[in-house]
Amino acid sequence: MTRIIDAMTRSFGREVPGLVGLLVLMIVGFSLASPQFLTGANFDSIASQLPELGLLTLAMLAPIIANGINLAVIAVANISGLTLAWVLNMYGGPDAGMLAFAAGVVLALAVGGLAGAAMGAIIAWFGAHPILASLAMMIFLKGIGEFLTRGGDISGFPEFVMGLGHGTVAGIPVPMLIFIGAAFLWHLLLARTRHGFAVSMIGSNPKASEYSGLHVKRSITLTYALSGVMCALAGIVMLTRFNSVRVGHGDALLLVTVLACFLGGVNPFGGFGRVAPVFLALVILQTLSSGLNLVGANQHLSTAVWGLFLIAVMVLRSGTPMLHALLANIRR
Amino acid sequence: MMTAPSTQTAPDGPEAIRFEHISIRFGGLQALDDVSFSVGRGEVHCLAGENGSGKSTLIKAIAGVYQPAPGARMSYFGETIPASSPPLARKKGVAVIWQDLALFPEMTVAENIAFDSLVGKPRLVNYGTIRETARTALGKLGVELDLAAPLRSLPISGRQIVAIARALASDARLIFMDEPTASLTQAETDHLLAVVRVLSKSGVAVVFVSHRLAEVLDISSRVTVLRDGKLVGVFDAAGMTQSRLGELMTGRQLNQAVSARDPGNAPVVLQTAGLTRAGEYEGVNLAIRAGEIVGLIGLIGAGRSELAHTLFGMTRPRAGEIRLAGKPVRFANNRQAIGAGVAYVSEDRLSLGLVQQQSIADNTVITTLRAISGAGGLISARRKSAAVTRGVTEFSTKIGSPDDAVSTLSGGNQQRIVLAKWLAISPKLLILDCPTVGVDVGARDGIYRIVRALADRGIAILMISDEVPEVYFNCDRILHMAAGRIVGEFDPRRTPIAELERTVYA
Amino acid sequence: MRDYLRTHEGEARILVVLALLMLVLGIASPSFFSASNIASLLNNNAVNVIWAVGLLVVLIAGGIDISFAVGASVVQYLTALVLLWLGGGNWLIGLVCAGVLGILIGSINAALIAGFRIISIIITIATFNALFGLLMFATSGRSIYDLPDWWTDRIGVISLGDGGTLTLPVAVMAASMLATWFLISRTTTGRQLYAFGDNPEGARRAGVATVKIQFIAYGWMGLMAGIGGLMQVNIAQEVVPNALIGRELDVLAAVVLGGARLGGGRGSVLGCFLGVLLVAVVQNGLNLMGVSPYAFKMVIGLTILAAISLTNVELMSRLTGRTWRRSHDQNN
Repeated sequence: MTRIIDAMTRSFGREVPGLVGLLVLMIVGFSLASPQFLTGANFDSIASQLPELGLLTLAMLAPIIANGINLAVIAVANISGLTLAWVLNMYGGPDAGMLAFAAGVVLALAVGGLAGAAMGAIIAWFGAHPILASLAMMIFLKGIGEFLTRGGDISGFPEFVMGLGHGTVAGIPVPMLIFIGAAFLWHLLLARTRHGFAVSMIGSNPKASEYSGLHVKRSITLTYALSGVMCALAGIVMLTRFNSVRVGHGDALLLVTVLACFLGGVNPFGGFGRVAPVFLALVILQTLSSGLNLVGANQHLSTAVWGLFLIAVMVLRSGTPMLHALLANIRR
Repeated sequence: MMTAPSTQTAPDGPEAIRFEHISIRFGGLQALDDVSFSVGRGEVHCLAGENGSGKSTLIKAIAGVYQPAPGARMSYFGETIPASSPPLARKKGVAVIWQDLALFPEMTVAENIAFDSLVGKPRLVNYGTIRETARTALGKLGVELDLAAPLRSLPISGRQIVAIARALASDARLIFMDEPTASLTQAETDHLLAVVRVLSKSGVAVVFVSHRLAEVLDISSRVTVLRDGKLVGVFDAAGMTQSRLGELMTGRQLNQAVSARDPGNAPVVLQTAGLTRAGEYEGVNLAIRAGEIVGLIGLIGAGRSELAHTLFGMTRPRAGEIRLAGKPVRFANNRQAIGAGVAYVSEDRLSLGLVQQQSIADNTVITTLRAISGAGGLISARRKSAAVTRGVTEFSTKIGSPDDAVSTLSGGNQQRIVLAKWLAISPKLLILDCPTVGVDVGARDGIYRIVRALADRGIAILMISDEVPEVYFNCDRILHMAAGRIVGEFDPRRTPIAELERTVYA
Repeated sequence: MRDYLRTHEGEARILVVLALLMLVLGIASPSFFSASNIASLLNNNAVNVIWAVGLLVVLIAGGIDISFAVGASVVQYLTALVLLWLGGGNWLIGLVCAGVLGILIGSINAALIAGFRIISIIITIATFNALFGLLMFATSGRSIYDLPDWWTDRIGVISLGDGGTLTLPVAVMAASMLATWFLISRTTTGRQLYAFGDNPEGARRAGVATVKIQFIAYGWMGLMAGIGGLMQVNIAQEVVPNALIGRELDVLAAVVLGGARLGGGRGSVLGCFLGVLLVAVVQNGLNLMGVSPYAFKMVIGLTILAAISLTNVELMSRLTGRTWRRSHDQNN
């Protein structure tokens, strides 16, 4: 048992064994409470809700490791979704072809990357506080969206778009596959590439990183640009799932993405954070949500439990050393 | 057991403080072992010791932060007290100015000086009284500052003055200054010394706490030296030299053989001509050959580190030329300098030299990410671990696991990691900025041996320092820098160390 | 005044921008300086200002509070329930009830932040989710329209003539500004708030009771959140549990725009007022010029982005200013 825990810790981070334990406990608990919990239908419902939140959380993760934050994740996702919708509508709406879709996806990703890069540049070159810069970008992008859509939604997409959002491959929903793929890429990016290395270093100490020859400003800009691309991917997935785009869709998820990152052990002071524990945290949040749903609670109660859950985890994490000190005192 | 060869008694009258038989233990560490310390009224006193010698623990005991073991006798201004506490020490007139000053940059000068009047029971603020308090305290120092200016607008020296004024505002009669000159320029240090003289005349005792005391020795009357938590002795400041002090602090003769050698006809690696950056350095001409160690000695503020920053590509010179291996270079940033084979070991290891929170492994490979990348641009775990092993074994650095945070290492081992990360780029020129700051005395020789070994591989080395023995015994040639200019050149084989000390510390 | 502007560069800058903007608007549209326009500008932004000065105190003390708008919603709802249970009540009971509930919610944040030394953004995001989820769950999202008359009646306080009347929320706003100014500028507690935000370790060493200071900061934020919530009901004439969500980020942007520093130690009541007003005036101006309301957010976002970039042009000149001061210092 200890060997398994050691192996998990080594390959995925210190947070993982605890989170896995929690997940197992939760699954056991909910299975006992509701016979529907361990069914394919429930798995499907988890797998179809997870990707949006998951992709957005990945987009939030990288800036937090760089000791920043991206409060514009939802806004970037929306504006990218709008870009795709706009391209589809230009090429005939419901009659648009695959090629139009592909072009729209590329354009949407580019718009997301551009919005992120602009935000990153303001942070890196002007030294603006990430909270303020991304907040301003959020307001601005939402503004553009509202201006272009007049507050309404855009719908009327080809059949295959819906198919993408609701289809399955080998029994796994397509959005879930996209999320797993994105998470894996993100893991590679953060844990294995030079850019990921730089992000961690810069997140801990940008000055020392610069003295060691890292291109700090470029890395920060790239971090937000890639975050923007990930937001765009989320926006595209949202479009395929709901078959419509509206500014403000998913706003409630903004702070949940931050919550998921912290739950996944990401250091709030930057420098440390891994995809695997955050992935687990997301699965836990979604399992909690669907489990509560099955025992008769609604989404709002889940939100409350998520918040309380984060408090409990943080208190435990910060309290553990204190508890040890206390116990040591008592023993003495 | 060494006895204290105190030759001079404290000035007449009851002493400012007398602490005797102070012992403090932290877990398994005997931080202070039966140390006695006294300061006369209005005396300027030096408390010297290496890092970890117990200086800070002693100050904290006197300031009431730590309680000494039973058997201690403590008195403030002739009044014996059974136990101390921070409020009691403050009430008795003891103030400590920590190295970080503990001031509030966003608040005004007046509020910083009168801050102690803002603490305690909630009440209304009387800005008139605050300004008056601040003005009176500054008046005692004979200094005028803009009371309404935010503290952040002041240079470090101004902030130091504010910290002293704050101590005076709460009626301090004994002020400890923890490494006060560490970040001051020469002019600022002179100003500080003038202020200390004024204080001393008005009966306020000042204790300088430092391991670098050359600048303050001549206005002090006595020096107390600590080593490994024990009292080495109390000495007259008159006639004390930095090298003698170094021996007392370390308890042994410093690596006494001059190691200078002639580089012969080795190719010139670095050459500068008329290098100038207004306000920092001017008309700097220097040449370093492959395998040569050139010392650059000068007090803080002489422009040494500023010159190093330009050579490392962090700043641009206004005039003059830099040639690297014969070719003129103009670096737009330090990445280009690193690419050209220039490495810089910062004096500020905590915030610039290493990313303290991150692992030993990551800090070792940070300069060579491209080299440890494999297929698809991904960092290869195998190459990385090989590079880390190479870096760590190269200088026999003692580490636990390469995944531990680099902050868990001792100063000497941290500096080995810094050297390893720069050696990995195969530098042509290695600039060492005060390479043994914060490195324990026992570990310094190890660093010097590494530096010599690197020179033997043909690396040109520029060793910046403000300690004469450091450059004297470890460099082939010594340049003296003062007020931004190179004002003298010395060969350790021909110049006696005393002459060099006289020149530099004059 | 010169001293004030020197120590409050953010406020000085925004004052200039606001004055110019108002001048231009006054010339372009004669109705801008009309009594009714000024009155509606103030009436509509009173609650934001009340919240802003509360958030200001937290920012000064080096923290951040994301949860206050949700906190205000909870206070609104509970106060409404208490008043209905009492069979009506009056302004005094309403104020006391809202204030006490607000302080309680703030104290929960403070206890978690100070007690377990957890960074404030994590805790307040967690309490945001917990409070919002619980509120929506408990109320099932139902609004309350049946409120006591004294609460929802418009109460004119000062008439500006010509159909413009300042209402009660503006008076409460003025009182909140005055009280906050008094707290942070005129009491030793207030100066300790600045000191703690500026240099927590230095404050602790100087004998500032750091836990108490954090309770005061988040408690004050809670008080203002509660009072603001109470006033919002007077304006909206209904209690809608999710109506205030999202306002926290707008207020945050305005406060930071007004010169408060994320990270602590800097900020003023005047700055808060100007920050909220700038956003309001931009919106008001666009309205008067007949610009589509859908474009408002876009322009506001762009304004903030421009302001951030401007701030750092200032920074450059301040850096050169510092070198000048330094050499000047040495010459003396």
